[in-house]
Amino acid sequence: MNLTTLLAGAALALGLAGAAAAEPTKVGFVYVGPIGDGGWSYEHNQGRLAVEEHFGDAVETIYQENVPEGADAERVLTQMALSGADLIFTTSFGYMDPTINVAKKFPNVKFEHATGYKRAENVSTYSARFYEGRAVQGTIAGRMTKSNIVGYIASFPIPEVVRGINSAYIHARKVNPDVQFKVIWAYTWFDPAKEADAAQALIEQGADVILQHTDSSAPQAAAEKAGGVITFGQASDMAEYAPLPRVSSIIDNWAPYYIARTQAVIDGTWASVDTWDGIGPGMVKIGEISSAVPEEVKAEALALKDAIASGAYHPFTGPLNKQDGTPWLAEGEVADDGTLAGMNFYVEGLTGDIPQ
Amino acid sequence: MIRLEKRPAPSRFWAGLTPVLAVLATMAAGAVLFAALGKDPVEAIRTIFWDPLFHESFAAYSRPQLMVKAGPLILIAIGLSLGFRAGIWNIGAEGQYIMGAICGAGAGLALYPSESFLLFPLMVAAGALGGWGWAMIPAVLKTRFGTNEILVSLMLVYVAENILASVSSGLLRNPEGMGFPGSRNLQQWAAAANPELIANTGMHWGVVTAFVAVIFAYVLLNRHMLGFQIRLTGQSPRAARFAGVDPARLILICLGLSGALAGAAGLFEVAGPAGQISIDFGSGYGFTAIIVAFLGRLHPVGILLAGLLMALTYIGGELAQLMLGLPSAAIQLFQGMLLFFLLAMDMSANYRVRIGKPEVA
Amino acid sequence: MDLSAINPVLLVASLMVAATPILLAAIGELVVEKSGVLNLGVEGMMITGAVCGFVVAVETGSPALGFVCAALGGAALALLFGLLTQYLMSNQVATGLGLTLFGLGLSALIGQSYVGIKAPATPRLEIPLLSDLPVLGRIVFSHDLMVYLSLALVAGVWMLLKYSRAGLILRAVGENHEAAHALGYKVIRIRLTAIAFGGACAGLGGAYLSLVRVPQWTEGMTAGAGWIALAIVVFASWRAWRVLLGAYLFGGITVLQLNLQAAGAAIPVEVLSMSPYLITILVLVVMSAGRARAALNAPASLGRVFHASN
Repeated sequence: MNLTTLLAGAALALGLAGAAAAEPTKVGFVYVGPIGDGGWSYEHNQGRLAVEEHFGDAVETIYQENVPEGADAERVLTQMALSGADLIFTTSFGYMDPTINVAKKFPNVKFEHATGYKRAENVSTYSARFYEGRAVQGTIAGRMTKSNIVGYIASFPIPEVVRGINSAYIHARKVNPDVQFKVIWAYTWFDPAKEADAAQALIEQGADVILQHTDSSAPQAAAEKAGGVITFGQASDMAEYAPLPRVSSIIDNWAPYYIARTQAVIDGTWASVDTWDGIGPGMVKIGEISSAVPEEVKAEALALKDAIASGAYHPFTGPLNKQDGTPWLAEGEVADDGTLAGMNFYVEGLTGDIPQ
Repeated sequence: MIRLEKRPAPSRFWAGLTPVLAVLATMAAGAVLFAALGKDPVEAIRTIFWDPLFHESFAAYSRPQLMVKAGPLILIAIGLSLGFRAGIWNIGAEGQYIMGAICGAGAGLALYPSESFLLFPLMVAAGALGGWGWAMIPAVLKTRFGTNEILVSLMLVYVAENILASVSSGLLRNPEGMGFPGSRNLQQWAAAANPELIANTGMHWGVVTAFVAVIFAYVLLNRHMLGFQIRLTGQSPRAARFAGVDPARLILICLGLSGALAGAAGLFEVAGPAGQISIDFGSGYGFTAIIVAFLGRLHPVGILLAGLLMALTYIGGELAQLMLGLPSAAIQLFQGMLLFFLLAMDMSANYRVRIGKPEVA
Repeated sequence: MDLSAINPVLLVASLMVAATPILLAAIGELVVEKSGVLNLGVEGMMITGAVCGFVVAVETGSPALGFVCAALGGAALALLFGLLTQYLMSNQVATGLGLTLFGLGLSALIGQSYVGIKAPATPRLEIPLLSDLPVLGRIVFSHDLMVYLSLALVAGVWMLLKYSRAGLILRAVGENHEAAHALGYKVIRIRLTAIAFGGACAGLGGAYLSLVRVPQWTEGMTAGAGWIALAIVVFASWRAWRVLLGAYLFGGITVLQLNLQAAGAAIPVEVLSMSPYLITILVLVVMSAGRARAALNAPASLGRVFHASN
């Protein structure tokens, strides 16, 4: 049996499933880490569970965890499509080309790729504007720091991470012109011990606020042990460290999107779209600002959050210069999504280089 | 009392039978595990061992994938087995695999968008050379300074991973990739791609090379002077030295060969199934290949079979996750058990069980 | 660059913490290898220890009990390796690698419902007066108990191997198991003891990660620490004090490179990030080049199968 007849068979099976209507809609999820990572993959899986809860018997979900990017991803996706999935969420940037490849072979299956930029007739992309949350964090960080040193644990030098650093810095500086950022590139998404060491190093060098773009709660624990240092939860709420050191958090909230897209497939209204949602639509949530933050700072942060949510304010609004002093955005100008998506430069005031 | 007695020569009968027994034992133990996790044990075992080969809707796709998954494992393991037989411990094949991919892809990308038919051979050569060069570091340090190759080759894996992260977000980054990490996709560039040679067989140049390497290693070990020297050094380094074997030369050859094969495997993978250099390109083939080498008793044909078996458990494991919702941890545990049973039962080829008192010599 | 931002006292204090997990695992593995057994499953035993320690500490609220159970868990897994390699005479390298797979899978299953939970705090040992000493107080006298225990273990293993009869027997078994057997020593029993000890140490190292250094439970949280421990034993050319040196060197460079990054050192981050591995290689080369054939210090029977009828 060759692939064409195989595909025809799969298509037929899908067609029958559609006709029978009693068959539940099958939604697949592919995760890059274990669902027990407590961060990125964990939150995507929470989204999957929300889909199950919302639709009950009308939807069946399947998932695969720990799928390396590259060759394995393409196989896993193909097998998932062969098993009769109607909609597949691929939740890591590195799945971009495999998703496009497999989507070509299965025109009747809908695909949703997270954080990428390649789309097709049956491939949507979706991502979250985490930098909006970083703006709120930056504001709190700028107000709360006494040493004026903010530590930032970064993962890899990619646009997503650079955007976060810039956004946090711009808003910290806005409320505290003396603030200084110290960035450590951990070169890992997930290595709790290394994250703990990085936090420790930053604290020892005077940082009293730690921001992180890695997934484990190790920096929270390091800050708690050191005392007098505040942190923010990343990916998940990390509420177990509230009210101190964790004073707030950025939570990935995929559930509304996953439910909406599944509904679209059930209704037959699914179309390829590019979604980049932030605080407004609820894809990025700001975890509760804890009692350790003074009321006026909290009010200021919440006001900023509301302004971003309503669209009244964009975190990257001019005047802004690049690190080397060249002008980037003029007074009142707002960054376009293309530049933001591929951001590979620091804004003026940040020190150090982005590893290239 | 029960005791083991060494057989004068390994039993061919048992050597053939034990893997089968081991797989059966694993199935039994695995059934208990899966039942404890609340899954239908029979279905789980069937999904892992049977469905990748014979399931009506998956098999046509997953059977060729066995080749794709097993190819690099076999290729790397063949290279490693030569050194392991001679007591030379290259633990860092993962690093050589990564460096091969970087050098090979880098050589190709430097000539983008050439459409020359020489491009792919050039990339293969560069890949093998990259792996060879990375393996030469522990080799030269060992021959010059007596530095232990286990440590050096292992540490170089982490160095290679750092280089990989660095080049995928810097030097080799796709200029048309909007600033995202990862190189151009070589699959989409005909002259540099390592495509499936015959549709729906999974055969790409890497798999072909793996099969050639099996034959090559078999001939080398059985018919060639170098093979004899390797085996002799493994059995008795002192005897080997009396027989005129130059240990430094052997170290350079064995590490170099295993590095070159691992590097080539990396290139075939990056130009074929993986498609691009990315931060997470290395997926542990270099370490799994060590298991494959020993599972195959360091014998070329054994390695071929062991590679296919490992590939089967990977793909079957994926299907079990997909269809039964088994956590990937359970699959890892299951693979560990399979290894244990295979290794434990290996004994029966070399020893026989005797009941009774030991004879007095 | 502002190097004055790096406080050497704090640096030393935190490198001791950073190095403790690999130190514990490596000193255990040293004893195992001295007995002639190569157990590459350190990573698997560490992560099993990490999960056992975490689960028990959370359930009972006692980190001390957690550490005890971590040692037991690591030892139990190690004995599985012992059973396979000593009684069933399986290949040690492959069995060790299998043990890593097995341990990673097992720990993930055990820890499933413990993700995102906080561990009970392990108190830092504040010794009155001594802890307040300048410099020394912070470096030497204000760690948690496990840091001291790891140092005591190094000293203990050193003394055991060098001065005790038991150590002599252990070394004899590792150097030439046939001769040791002929002399009437129970080779397999001695090796099993060493293997269990190695597993217990690796388990403690893992639990130090999940209970003190990180502290949390997540799948795969050891992230390769077991492999580093293995490398450290080789680095030490099978000597106890050099295990300490190797672990502190590695931990030290790791902490230092992060500090240099934070201080904005003008060294490319990629280079800093790979420096712990490069410097470890470099130091070993320098040390092995000075002494002819330092690598030959490996126990002669390392990794060889022992069977009494040989």
